[in-house]
Amino acid sequence: MSTTTPATPKHGLSRAATRKRKRLYIVLAGMTMLGVAVALMLTAFKDNIVFFYTPSDLTEKVVKPEHRVRLGGLVEDGSVRKAADGVTTEFVITDHIATIPVSYTGILPDLFREGQGVVAEGHIGPDGSLQATEVLAKHDENYMPKEVADKIKESGRWQEGGSGG
Amino acid sequence: MMHRFANPTRFMRVANAILPWCAALTVVFLCIGLYLGLFRSPADYQQGETVRIMYIHVPSAYMAMFVYGAMAVASAMALIWKHPLADMIARASAPIGAGFTLITLVTGSLWGQPMWGTWWVWDARLTSVLILFFLYIGYIALVNAFDDPARGAKPAAILALVGAVNLPIIKFSVDWWNTLHQPASIVTMEGPKIAASMLWPLLCMVIAFNLFYLTVGILRLRGEIAGARIRNLQLGLTHG
Repeated sequence: MSTTTPATPKHGLSRAATRKRKRLYIVLAGMTMLGVAVALMLTAFKDNIVFFYTPSDLTEKVVKPEHRVRLGGLVEDGSVRKAADGVTTEFVITDHIATIPVSYTGILPDLFREGQGVVAEGHIGPDGSLQATEVLAKHDENYMPKEVADKIKESGRWQEGGSGG
Repeated sequence: MMHRFANPTRFMRVANAILPWCAALTVVFLCIGLYLGLFRSPADYQQGETVRIMYIHVPSAYMAMFVYGAMAVASAMALIWKHPLADMIARASAPIGAGFTLITLVTGSLWGQPMWGTWWVWDARLTSVLILFFLYIGYIALVNAFDDPARGAKPAAILALVGAVNLPIIKFSVDWWNTLHQPASIVTMEGPKIAASMLWPLLCMVIAFNLFYLTVGILRLRGEIAGARIRNLQLGLTHG
């Protein structure tokens, strides 16, 4: 940190002020480089940081049957069917571009319904459907009392799943 | 201007004067916020009564990041301008921020179980907040690892600055990656996505939590300054 240039008060900054400025630049440069490094790292690991794939991601990707994947999207309207055994539910997850059928045996979360955002985890079967072992409900970013929700539904401006699906 | 308040004695004179007001206002806003949030605000159309966890969770999550931001700014000032108070402000803030982060994680988990169907998932938002908690714990450990706090100040300040990279990651994690956690509801490009009847109690709680940080921060800063004085006196005795 030693400055070799003998800064005299006559020529602008005093020695203390020069040192302060130098430290300021070091901190700024350090933070910038750190930011760039982290940004590059996060971009490189994007595929591993995402919590789930959308149906259109999964139709593009080749997933080995032994690999577990998480699939997220909206439960397609009118797609939920109870299987004959009474505990297996079959439904379709959509992102309005692609759709993937899902079958799940077990108890569904309370928020699960048609039009709701969900994340299902399991294996992709040979027929391209997802055999889920876990289904989580995804809540959207809209908060409102029931009366307000009813009013919006009445006025016909309701968008199921919001933008958070 | 900055150096006027660099003097701990002058700074503490101001801080001590506003302390009782901060403490009183904390209690007032906390009471109003809790009453509005827990009793007067409506239940959510989807979440029902569970939505009330938000009145604790969202303000503490905001404070967890705000306090870390304050620590990072103070640490930068300590490194660049050798501001005598800046290190103390960062040190005084750390346990408060760690507390807010812990509250965020616990209340979020309690909300996640009934709503999502799980206590915890490793999505980008939850993981980055857990990292924030570890940064706080690491900072506190590092500050206390040195016998002479003055020697620990510089490494701790660097750690606080490096960790600040995590703040934008937490904030934008829900936009950059697919996460289970929902996107932002209050600070969004299209304006708040929370009904006004729920937004007011939330704002009251945010103000209350800010005042709480100010109150406890001043109290802890007083402790830091007293500690530094005692160390100086002891040094004077042994060397004098």
